[in-house]
Amino acid sequence: MEIEFIAGHNLYWIISLLLLVGLYGMLAKRNLVKKLVGMNIFQTSIILFYVAIASKRNATVPVIDAALGSVDPAHYINPLPHTLMLTAIVVSVATTGVGFALLISIFRRYRTLDEDALLKRMR
Amino acid sequence: MIEANLPLLVPLAFLIPALLIPLIGVRAPGAAYPLALAAVLASIPIAGFGLFRVIESGPVTYTLGGWEAPIGIELVLDPLASFLTLVVTVVSCLVLIHARHVASVEHPDKRVPYYSLVLLLLAGFCGILSTGDLFNLYVFLEISSLAGYGLVAIGDKRSPVSAYRYLILGSVGTGFYLLGIGFIYVMSGSLNMADLARILPHILDQPAVLAGLILMVTGIGLKMALFPLHFWLPDAYSSASSATSALLAPLGTKVGAYILIRVLFFVFDPAAVEQRAPIASAIAWLSAGGVLYGSLMALAQQELKRMLAYSSIAQIGYIGLGLGMANPLGFTGAVLHILNHALMKAALFLVAGNLRVQLGHSNIAAMDHRLSRQMPWSMAAFTVGALSMIGLPPTAGFFSKWYLVLGGIQGSYWVFVAVILMGGLLNAVYFFRVVERVYLPFRRGLPDNGAANGGAEVVESREARFSMLAPTLILAGALLALGLASSFLVNRVIHLMVPAGL
Repeated sequence: MEIEFIAGHNLYWIISLLLLVGLYGMLAKRNLVKKLVGMNIFQTSIILFYVAIASKRNATVPVIDAALGSVDPAHYINPLPHTLMLTAIVVSVATTGVGFALLISIFRRYRTLDEDALLKRMR
Repeated sequence: MIEANLPLLVPLAFLIPALLIPLIGVRAPGAAYPLALAAVLASIPIAGFGLFRVIESGPVTYTLGGWEAPIGIELVLDPLASFLTLVVTVVSCLVLIHARHVASVEHPDKRVPYYSLVLLLLAGFCGILSTGDLFNLYVFLEISSLAGYGLVAIGDKRSPVSAYRYLILGSVGTGFYLLGIGFIYVMSGSLNMADLARILPHILDQPAVLAGLILMVTGIGLKMALFPLHFWLPDAYSSASSATSALLAPLGTKVGAYILIRVLFFVFDPAAVEQRAPIASAIAWLSAGGVLYGSLMALAQQELKRMLAYSSIAQIGYIGLGLGMANPLGFTGAVLHILNHALMKAALFLVAGNLRVQLGHSNIAAMDHRLSRQMPWSMAAFTVGALSMIGLPPTAGFFSKWYLVLGGIQGSYWVFVAVILMGGLLNAVYFFRVVERVYLPFRRGLPDNGAANGGAEVVESREARFSMLAPTLILAGALLALGLASSFLVNRVIHLMVPAGL
């Protein structure tokens, strides 16, 4: 049972791994740019999670059109999580933009992006 | 006609000018402030009418684009949301009047982005308060967070570093919240809060639902600086400009507390959740730790704004304690404390702003008794704010702590009662440390020359200008007035908010 539980949820394991990699990058890396990379991995893993929960096998795009095949709702993938993720991607891009703007401002003032060197120079 | 659109009007009143200010500000930077003030002034009567309407005839809902809930997104103005919307608009109006001079002294070249970001922040806050949809709440949360990161970065030399740390930790918080919604959406197929409240009792035994709730609470805890997830707060509040910290400190964490209330008490059923996972009691115990930790750290600070920031962590702890008790009296105390803490933190941060502008610093060690004659009114406001923080009657702070203690007694949480009283004592120690320096002429055994000569020393007034003094004094006066009006407030307004499940 346990092996099936692990093997049956490959995608979720990969997503969890990505989430942890992202968290590790954000919290443990000493370079501020790497923290931002970690943040992007973290957000991507959440986006992948939403994309994964909506998809299913042998299903098609959610456009009701008899020419495309069936009009049975069971044959369509759920479009809502994907739509939500469009918003989440926009948010992620905006956060990354603000993050880089702050990094430029930090670098102009302290000439470094390494957290240890930064802490020394801030004193 | 206007009544049906009430939930949308306040966020829109902030959102539209927020986008107009950068466009107009390129040509006419001077127009930024009047536009921002006009937006905030316009929002107060709308929010006030909203509260009146909700109390008189029940919640107002607005369906965006005409799509009925639970398919579409709906905005709901219920007693709790409309009450906090009014608090946000009134406090932000007073802070904005005060901010005009502070902004022109502390960051004259960044006034246009400052006012635009302030309005975006407020649009996010009011959107969070009025939305009835979990994902919509996430979007508004990100709007206010992004504006908040930008605002924190407008400050002293270290402010971009503080803002960057705030951004990283804030993204972890909102990320966890988003993941939590995902879990709950998978299990329930709905994002609408009212719809979820109907569905969730049937599927609460699923581990994924509880895991989703825990993820959401963790994310919200980071945003509201619930101990031990508070570590971004002291830097962010103390290195931001005084005009920003006076806005973020009273309102930012309170909106976080509102999300916690909304999710824990209105979307989920606290009693049913507590049987399966002790989330409310975990929040209460962590908050108790936060009260003691925040107060002790505040005691160790030498800079007034930093001291106030640590004291915020302690005050969030009081709100968390009231929520964690999960009984009507504790809930009442928590909501009342959200209001009181918004007002008293605003008053105290405005005084800190007055000191920064008039003296150029807000160092506690450099304050002495001359200050009580140089800035008598600011210091009087500080004392009223401090008394309210400690929780002495007749100030407003006494009554929220009174309800919290009653809630603790009702639920026999004796440890929490002890923590609330201990926290009050610690508050007294760190605030009287400042008040003593300002009002007592003799210190450290060294008689002061001026006072020793019969107080003949002439001290020229360095009181803040009227536009800064008036909001400070109004807030201090409100603390006294609310203390007297608190039973009215509890009986007429707050008791409407107590969720049915408690």
